[in-house]
Amino acid sequence: MNASDDARLELRDNGDMPSLCVGGAWTLSHYQALTPRVTDLRGRVGPGMEIDFSSLTALDTAGARLLCELVGAERLKGTLTNAALTAEQRTLLETVASSFAVSGMPPQRRYQFGDVLEHIGKATYAFRDHLVGLLGFIGLTLEKLACTACRPRRWRVAATIAQMEQIGFNAVPIVALLSFLVGAVVAFLGATVLAEFGTTIYTVDLVAYAFLREFGVFLAAILVAGRTSSAFAAQIGSMRANEEIDALRVIGLDPVEWLVLPRVLAMVLALPILTFIAMICGIVGGMTVCALHLSISPAMFLSLLDANIDPRHFFVGIGKAPVFAFLIASIGCLEGFRVSGSAQSVGEHTTSAVVQSIFTVIVVNAIAALFFMEMGW
Amino acid sequence: MSVAQPNGHFEIVAQARGVRNCFGPQTVHEGLDLDVRRGEVLAVVGGSGTGKSVLLRTLIGLNRPAAGSVLLFGQNVYAPGMQNTSPLAKRVGVLFQQGALFSSLTVLENVALSLIEHARLPAAEAMQLATLKIALAGLPADAGNKLPMELSGGMIKRAALARALALDPDILFLDEPTAGLDPIGAAAFDQLILTLRGALGLTVFLVTHDLDTLYTTADRIAVLANRRVLVNDRLEIVAAIDDAWIQEYFHGPRGRAAQAARDRVS
Repeated sequence: MNASDDARLELRDNGDMPSLCVGGAWTLSHYQALTPRVTDLRGRVGPGMEIDFSSLTALDTAGARLLCELVGAERLKGTLTNAALTAEQRTLLETVASSFAVSGMPPQRRYQFGDVLEHIGKATYAFRDHLVGLLGFIGLTLEKLACTACRPRRWRVAATIAQMEQIGFNAVPIVALLSFLVGAVVAFLGATVLAEFGTTIYTVDLVAYAFLREFGVFLAAILVAGRTSSAFAAQIGSMRANEEIDALRVIGLDPVEWLVLPRVLAMVLALPILTFIAMICGIVGGMTVCALHLSISPAMFLSLLDANIDPRHFFVGIGKAPVFAFLIASIGCLEGFRVSGSAQSVGEHTTSAVVQSIFTVIVVNAIAALFFMEMGW
Repeated sequence: MSVAQPNGHFEIVAQARGVRNCFGPQTVHEGLDLDVRRGEVLAVVGGSGTGKSVLLRTLIGLNRPAAGSVLLFGQNVYAPGMQNTSPLAKRVGVLFQQGALFSSLTVLENVALSLIEHARLPAAEAMQLATLKIALAGLPADAGNKLPMELSGGMIKRAALARALALDPDILFLDEPTAGLDPIGAAAFDQLILTLRGALGLTVFLVTHDLDTLYTTADRIAVLANRRVLVNDRLEIVAAIDDAWIQEYFHGPRGRAAQAARDRVS
């Protein structure tokens, strides 16, 4: 490394007139090396001290900043007129000195123990606001539904059918496959446990009870919650980010009527159908395992089903589907409306829609199970 | 303000030769030549869809041309090994149209990022330098702690400029720097570019629609039309070219207004 590649800072003591010698390349690559020298000498730079720039070979904003720190922005500006600097270096130092005077570290946020409690408190309030918001939105949707129900001209039939295709028809393969597999697993479990009592024949009852009352609607609802409430939040959210919702309002169209009602209605119609498909496929899954593993033939399976299972189990199961559908669709749409402009916000609310709708489905299903049990249905 | 060398030649910082860019069946550039001289402010203008931003992306190595060569500081941008980890990255600053600030980092962290990663400064010193760049770009000190989503359009541009200036680049590429700014903010941004150019010895390549920016800042103007650079010269010469689009652009009502505004100032 030759001399011009180096950065130097020296305090020359010639008798009673000490002077500061700034030399070499004062650039970003030497910033780290120069910083301790500057901190070292800063206290010893007296007023009116001469600064000798004659051996300075290069200067950039990083070097200029250090010079400001060394002698102070105001003094640096004062010494510029008679210093041995090129015109460019002088302009650079002037500009940097002016900026240095107004620059400063913004105050840093400190973290402390109380923050945890604060966070818990905020989260609790947020949860309450969320719940109130959701109830308000459900009310608004029901009100709009009642308003439009008696005016067939305002029914958005095409949009509703298109949504039904998206929500229902396109979801049939995945719902069918998953419930078939879960049905098979339930039958295996039943066969294993019941074999100890020699009552493997009750596997039929187990599969039928499970799918008619709980699993059919539950599986369909969970899948739709993951698949469709996220889609609703993303669709409406990106419309919101793109100011399309505001455009709708300005034209004088009600976004709830145009965007929410078709989705909610389509969901309320599609989820019971999906639930029915899930029940059938789950029972077929169980039937397959019974036929292959327990040598209960499909004909026997069906006659046992017919003899032992009351149709009310089917109605208990499928009766929950429209309720779940309404909640899932409302949560998805509401999260879409909560998006605030940025693409990041669309992502956050999409995730939130999925988490909330699955949470709601599980909670409501548990409450319903208790209720039906107490009622003896 | 481009600096002529003693023999009358200009030092060329960026050079495009015979560049061809096409997207599917559509050819945007064909046989395009362009020189950017050291120390000048070169403005690129052209109608919508003439590939101004594509040209900028081609020059900085983000869009490999189908044919032709692109040299930055005499090095081929698209040579093997030059991508991404390119040593050129330290000498080039880019201001994207929407700012492209990293949304998960504060303004200060955005500016300090390349100082930490490229200049290998410790975080504390990088932050110190970053506050200076933020002040240079004309932002108040308390903007440093804000996230990009909390900034207004003008502040985003300034923060992005501060990030572009972090490593003291030799050349600055600006994509529509004043688009979306109010006239006062746009004029202030023009002045900021001129001040920084003078103070830091920058070469500036800017793509713009803004006639006021053109009249205030540009040393030379390159007009993109018919898939190539139609003319690349001083404003007076470009404005006098006998071409329908150029005449409409510079002598239409907005062009005349911008010219009058500049004449009043000078």
